[in-house]
Amino acid sequence: MTALQAVALLVVVVAGTAIVFVPDPLRQALVLSMFGLALTLLFFVFQAPDVALSELVVGSVGMPVIILAALRKIAKHADLREEEEKEGGE
Amino acid sequence: MSRRVRLLLFACAGPGLLAVLLIGLHGLPAFGDFHGAYGLVVDHLEPGQRHATDIVTALNFDLRAFDTLGEEFILFASVSGVALLLRHLRDEDEEAESSRSVADHRFAGASDALRMLSLVLIPLLVSLGVYLALHGALTPGGGFQAGVVLAAGPLAILLAGRYLALKRVAPEWMLEASDSAGAMAYALIGLGGLIFASVYLKNFLPLGTSGHLLSAGMMPLNSIAVGLEVTGAFLLTWTEFLDQDLLVSREEL
Repeated sequence: MTALQAVALLVVVVAGTAIVFVPDPLRQALVLSMFGLALTLLFFVFQAPDVALSELVVGSVGMPVIILAALRKIAKHADLREEEEKEGGE
Repeated sequence: MSRRVRLLLFACAGPGLLAVLLIGLHGLPAFGDFHGAYGLVVDHLEPGQRHATDIVTALNFDLRAFDTLGEEFILFASVSGVALLLRHLRDEDEEAESSRSVADHRFAGASDALRMLSLVLIPLLVSLGVYLALHGALTPGGGFQAGVVLAAGPLAILLAGRYLALKRVAPEWMLEASDSAGAMAYALIGLGGLIFASVYLKNFLPLGTSGHLLSAGMMPLNSIAVGLEVTGAFLLTWTEFLDQDLLVSREEL
């Protein structure tokens, strides 16, 4: 194993652990995107450019976009429900 | 279950898991150490008999072409499911659709530098995607990779904060057509094998010279078909998800 491969493995371990320890889902989506980039690097240095190309888009753009859209929708629903409860209480 | 009990349970299970993992990892062969006969056969067969220089693509579109057919329809079915569920949630209404698309949605955070950068990214991503689709059998890449890169191109318009412009460049009917045409084209190429070579998905096109753009028989065609499908599938999924909050929020305002 070369030094580059060891570094890539280490970066993936750190980034993967970081996702778990970030409390806010919004920030978590961004760390997930970084994790996707780290995985891309890992696949590339382990001589799998085909997989790296897919992971580059799916991991660092595709998934976070869907998570961000879902988070926005959930936040809006929570806001609406709060307003309804306020109106009901008055 | 209280936090204390959970920690206690982990204190027992954790070391056990670690021990099993270490024993398992100890038995693994070293990286790059390969003893399978199958890989050697493929390495010998594909460049020689099929004139393909990228073995991964050759596996996907030649040796395991039938598996790829199944994977393609898994993607097709799941994207159809996403669209079906989310459109039902949105309570889609054609008239409301046209009245909504008058003004463009702008993100407060899209600075001039970000808009400029996304403008530069779009042609780069699209040309890289087209390159990957066409050179699937020659260099690392192929249909799926080309599809995701091509889909990321129009997504850069969203980065510039112009979501409705993205919907004009890639309207839903176009994405649906691209998704289904790609899936159908792959199945039809297979049918060509059944007609001209009497085996479904068997190569029936001339193999050409190794390294040339038009070589490796039907692999470039398969690559383009899969690329078309994946582009449509990814963009359609993203649009459906983004429609959920960007369009509905405008309606509610």
